[in-house]
Amino acid sequence: MNNLDLARWQFAVTTIYHFLFVPLTIGLSYLIAFMQSVYVIKKNEIYKKMAIFWGKLFLLNFAVGVVTGIMQEFQFGMNWSNYSRYVGDVFGGPLAVEALIAFFLESTFLGLWIFGWERLPKKIHLACIWLVAIGTTISAFWILLANSFMQEPVGLAIRNGRAEMTSIWALMINKQLWVEFPHVVFGALATGSMFVAGISAFKLLRKQQTAVFRPSFIIAVVVSLAANLSVSVTGHDQAQHLMKTQPMKMAASEALWETSGDSAAWNIVAGIDTKNHENTFEIAVPGLLSLLAYNKFEGSVPGIHQLQDEYTAKYGEGNYIPPVKTTFWSFRIMVLAGTLMILLSLYGVLTIMRRTLDKQRFYFRLMVPAIALPFIGHTFGWIMTEVGRQPWVVFGLQKTPQGVSPTVTAGMVWTSFLGFTVVYAILAAVLVFLFVRYVKKGPEEEKPHGHDESPELVPV
Amino acid sequence: MLATVWFVLITVLFIGFFFLEGFDFGVGMLLPFLGKSDVDRRVIINTIGPVWDGNEVWFITAGGAMFAAFPNWYATLFSGFYMALFLLLIALIGRGVAFEFRSKLPSKAWRSTWDWIIFFGSVLPPLLWGIALANLMRGVPIDASMNFVGSFWDLISLYSVTAGVSMVLLFLLHGSLYLSLKTVGTIREQSGKVALGVGAWTTVLMVLFIVLSYFETDMFTRHGVDPGTVPILAGLSLFSVWYFIRSHYMGWAFAMTGVTIVLSTITVFMSLFPRVMISSIDPAFDLTIYNASSSPYTLKVMTIVAVTTIPFVLAYQIWTYWVFRKRISPTDHLEY
Repeated sequence: MNNLDLARWQFAVTTIYHFLFVPLTIGLSYLIAFMQSVYVIKKNEIYKKMAIFWGKLFLLNFAVGVVTGIMQEFQFGMNWSNYSRYVGDVFGGPLAVEALIAFFLESTFLGLWIFGWERLPKKIHLACIWLVAIGTTISAFWILLANSFMQEPVGLAIRNGRAEMTSIWALMINKQLWVEFPHVVFGALATGSMFVAGISAFKLLRKQQTAVFRPSFIIAVVVSLAANLSVSVTGHDQAQHLMKTQPMKMAASEALWETSGDSAAWNIVAGIDTKNHENTFEIAVPGLLSLLAYNKFEGSVPGIHQLQDEYTAKYGEGNYIPPVKTTFWSFRIMVLAGTLMILLSLYGVLTIMRRTLDKQRFYFRLMVPAIALPFIGHTFGWIMTEVGRQPWVVFGLQKTPQGVSPTVTAGMVWTSFLGFTVVYAILAAVLVFLFVRYVKKGPEEEKPHGHDESPELVPV
Repeated sequence: MLATVWFVLITVLFIGFFFLEGFDFGVGMLLPFLGKSDVDRRVIINTIGPVWDGNEVWFITAGGAMFAAFPNWYATLFSGFYMALFLLLIALIGRGVAFEFRSKLPSKAWRSTWDWIIFFGSVLPPLLWGIALANLMRGVPIDASMNFVGSFWDLISLYSVTAGVSMVLLFLLHGSLYLSLKTVGTIREQSGKVALGVGAWTTVLMVLFIVLSYFETDMFTRHGVDPGTVPILAGLSLFSVWYFIRSHYMGWAFAMTGVTIVLSTITVFMSLFPRVMISSIDPAFDLTIYNASSSPYTLKVMTIVAVTTIPFVLAYQIWTYWVFRKRISPTDHLEY
């Protein structure tokens, strides 16, 4: 592999890995803030226990999220220096604003929250976790603002041989941002709530600490239903927006080689032959793609060949077709994960309403592995978004190969890529091990301060 | 004009980073040595527990600010010092998770492993930062298209390693004084002793670094801004640390290592100005605040954001230190 391929792989690994932790951080922070609010307002000690228990898992996850985020920010300069030079004037700003407004807020108030249970007045301590939650969301806003610029560059002019910002306001009201940001935040809430629901189900199956885990499950499954429904609504908005701004991504995610007739069918599955630019078979629902694209059963959707010709006319000779199979299948995996989450949470909410929740052993057993669903969903969602934009790194402005660092050698990227990947693998293993151990142990029984391990007076 | 403002703001962010994370790196270096029992180690970690993450954000913000205000500086530095940055990030990753992971199992081997990761994760970053700063001052091979064309080994020299070791020692001194202010009993006494010993070596190394700078950089030929009395005051404040430790004015001693860090950082950036990266190939290839900066519009937007947020950040971070102002004792309730 050359340095470009390696840099692409490293970007993919760094970003996907980092984004396993980010949505869990955002989602859990709101759930914990809610639980602690109930404790402070209703003075119900059970909710304090809940906040502390989920808080411990939150902190483990947060730590890994933070350290992998540093690489996320610095890899643009390391592996993509030409990209950084070309769009840094527009793209660098949001990253700096994210650090200034969000990172300081999150890290400082999280420190206060962890160490402040005994030292701060209850309401101020509660405010700390809310500020953390708000901080995570501000962080999401600014980094997605930067990503939205890559999908739909606005508020810039090409001057002095680079992209220069002409309006921060245009970047902030970017249409793409306002379909992407809610989709991600609801996705994060779905992640946090499916995680809490799955672990609570695990404990309820064993009838352990049900006083804590039964209400946890109920809160989580209700939030999960609302969040997952919102994810699908905002996802639909995003697809419609895609039709206008990146039709090639849409065509690729449908493996639609030729422009459709007046009513476009939606392929459930297809055999894709990328060599001959055709599908060997298709199982399709008539009219559904038109519905996705235009909210009605009519309307032609442009195909890959037509768009390739249009882009060639507009941007010059070149291959403008993204990896079709990857885009097509990532989209379907994401949608499937989302659909399963909606069904599972809907079923949960129904059992709560019918007061039959406590009999649902099989359902609880399903909810444990279902913890993987949100992670599968957003991983493939990002793969579709980023792979489907290729060959562009910033749509219409710069192609990915032009952005790579010219003097960083393949050997250097290999070293850092392998180094980080090994470290990431170790972190993941340790984290899962600690999660499982901590969950099995459950919340502390009335030890005064919620330690996890009692200190031993042993010489080291 | 705004480019100068941003050069100053980035200097400020680095000052904040070196001053704040300076002592928590120092505390991390002392952890395996001054923590004789598990409780002692927890006491040491808890002196920085609520604040270290917020301190590290100063560095992340400095990186982000460089990207926003001087994209070419960010691009050249980060792709050029690639391997050094890789090592730095590995160290920071290990250190960051170690604080969270180390107490989660009672096993001695488990905790000791993470404590040593904290140790190395606290030694390596200042060493690499010293090496990086020395190379910024001395100049590195940068070609006409602003790309670094050297290798990792070009960054390693007697001069840069001296800078790295002085930075490690300065942070160790800063950290031991912080620890003596935040603890009671044995740890407090021992960190005072460490400070006295380390203080002498820090002074020796810093003096050596300044002597070498005379030969290795153009600091004394005034290509940058004349730092005037700033480096002299930095030196004097470092000398005064010895006096304050001997007289048991630990608060003053800590303040003086802080002043040393602040003034040394200012000296380095003044000697660079208006350059941000010096080319050892040809002065015409230097990156300056003029050819590396963002457009006036971006700088204006960023200035407004920075000027409105930094006061709040300072206010709530100072408040955090106020909330956790008490000394930590092994007999206290300790958050794990």
